Amino acid sequence: MIEENLIPKIGVITDVRKDTPDVKTFRVVGTDGKKLFKHMPGQCAMVSVPGVGECMFSITSSPTNEEYMEFSIKKCGCVTEVIHSLEVGQQITVRGPYGKNFPVEEDFKGKDLLFIAGGIGLAPLRSVINYVRHYRSNYGKVVIVYGARSKDDLVDIEEIQNEWMNEPNTEVYLTIDRPQEGWDGHVGFVPAYVKELGLNPNMTAVLCGPPIMIKFTLAGLLEIGFDKSRVYTTLELRMKCGIGKCGRCNVGDKFVCKDGPVFRMTELDELPDEY
Amino acid sequence: MLKIAKERLNELYAKISESMGLFIPIKKGGEVNYHVWGEGKEVSLETLKTVKSPKNMFFPQTENMMKFKTEGKNIEILEAGIRKQGDELKPFVAFGVKACDYKAIEVLDKVFLAEPVDTFYQARRNATTIVTLACSKPEESCFCGVFGIDATNPQGDVSTWLDEKYLYWQANTEKGETLTSLASELFEKGGETEVEAQKTSTKAVLAQLPFANLDLSRFKPENLNELFDDTRWEEMSEACLGCGTCTFVCPTCQCFDIRDFKTNDGVIRYRCWDSCMYSDFTLMAHGNSRTTQMQRFRQRFMHKLVYYPSQNDGLYSCVGCGRCVNKCPQNLNIVKVIKTLGGKKND
Repeated sequence: MIEENLIPKIGVITDVRKDTPDVKTFRVVGTDGKKLFKHMPGQCAMVSVPGVGECMFSITSSPTNEEYMEFSIKKCGCVTEVIHSLEVGQQITVRGPYGKNFPVEEDFKGKDLLFIAGGIGLAPLRSVINYVRHYRSNYGKVVIVYGARSKDDLVDIEEIQNEWMNEPNTEVYLTIDRPQEGWDGHVGFVPAYVKELGLNPNMTAVLCGPPIMIKFTLAGLLEIGFDKSRVYTTLELRMKCGIGKCGRCNVGDKFVCKDGPVFRMTELDELPDEY
Repeated sequence: MLKIAKERLNELYAKISESMGLFIPIKKGGEVNYHVWGEGKEVSLETLKTVKSPKNMFFPQTENMMKFKTEGKNIEILEAGIRKQGDELKPFVAFGVKACDYKAIEVLDKVFLAEPVDTFYQARRNATTIVTLACSKPEESCFCGVFGIDATNPQGDVSTWLDEKYLYWQANTEKGETLTSLASELFEKGGETEVEAQKTSTKAVLAQLPFANLDLSRFKPENLNELFDDTRWEEMSEACLGCGTCTFVCPTCQCFDIRDFKTNDGVIRYRCWDSCMYSDFTLMAHGNSRTTQMQRFRQRFMHKLVYYPSQNDGLYSCVGCGRCVNKCPQNLNIVKVIKTLGGKKND
């Protein structure tokens, strides 16, 4: 049997966790109960509900988890709406992994790392943060800045509070857009918060969130002395094939599915502003 | 070199069809396109440009990719891939492919056969023997020479030339030799002089064509951003209706969509040609990266002339077939874009 690249595997949902009012995290394994395939942090997979559609999602679980994969999915369109209605035991289809991963084994090694996420933008970063935690001694200090609209919109808050905050040599800063009852933490937008924190500009930074957040946060980082060649982000565009052939996820001469989704800011600078 | 009398071509087609599929330009409903040959079909090798390019032989306008059966919470994938149950495809011959369209197959190969390989396309490509046909009467809309293509001397598994009396035949590859051997009794030797004479006279015509000297010199990867930001895109794209005709007749356009179709007997996942000219091509639940027709128009031509070459050692993904020149209802085309942005010599 020849390996057919566009033919998916069958996955089984083994757990559904409601993270926020519009984000659920789905745990998926193969029909044999094992993990469907190996991946690296930042890579994506095409998930589909036959008859509804197929979409690209970042794999939010770490590669170091050898039992299953997780996808944190925000309900925002036709396919994600149906995915949100799925229950444990339901089968879906999955193919991947697609795209380039964060350079965790190359550029990130030995560096102090700054992770900045907004909203559902935490999904791709969770994979790399947990990877770094697993191989903790390979990396320097870790700073995580995570913001959302409200405290209820913070994805994976239990893991953040129970595990990340207790990790050695790790600082976690949370913020929400507006004051809210029951929240005694920081209030304000991520870009402004990042500038207030007195961060060491020699860290390697990874940004993920809505385009507007990325734009202003990047400007803020540059202002406090960060170098663009050490700032990374991930892009998201419409995709159908995942292997650089269907022709729609390009930014200039690069395909996000194949050449991305992880890009260094200096790489993005060379591309037309069309994403 | 071999030759076969024109009146015996039907015998050749019949012979090939005994063991292989034969796709050849056939007149049907007033249009000439590549169809499967059969007794009584009206073959038209003389037609310079089929309406649609031969790309659908390897990359059909629609094709089923797999079928899903769902029962309760379970899904079963059936009929997955092109080689259902591991069968190999029946070999077929693409007959009468012009030099531009042959070059277009090379352009598509670099997309579909690059890792990770598109196995649907690959299976069809491997099953094909390509018989090219030299052009002897190029038209005003032709500009293959601009892309370094010699319309008088096409490559492929077999190269052929047609005149009033004969089809001249030269096998170039093992596949070509095998095809020749299927019908060796129909061929006689000779034709070198006639073919050389035809090449010379056609070349004289090609040199006179109105678009023969388009300047592409500015379309280089290092000019990507400068070209992208050129203010003339607005003006050039103003009349574009976004109908997508250019992309459908184009021999190198490769964009496709993957969709599901619910039937009484399960869900069929198929792919079909799509067009970067359409507004929902890049539409996502949370936004669209190309919201204006100018952006979509720019995308198409930047892809052909800059993005694709940048990723493929300078090879342009236009072959100068001129189909878009003939078919655009608004008389927009790549020639106008090249003339506007291509370089000083176009002025």
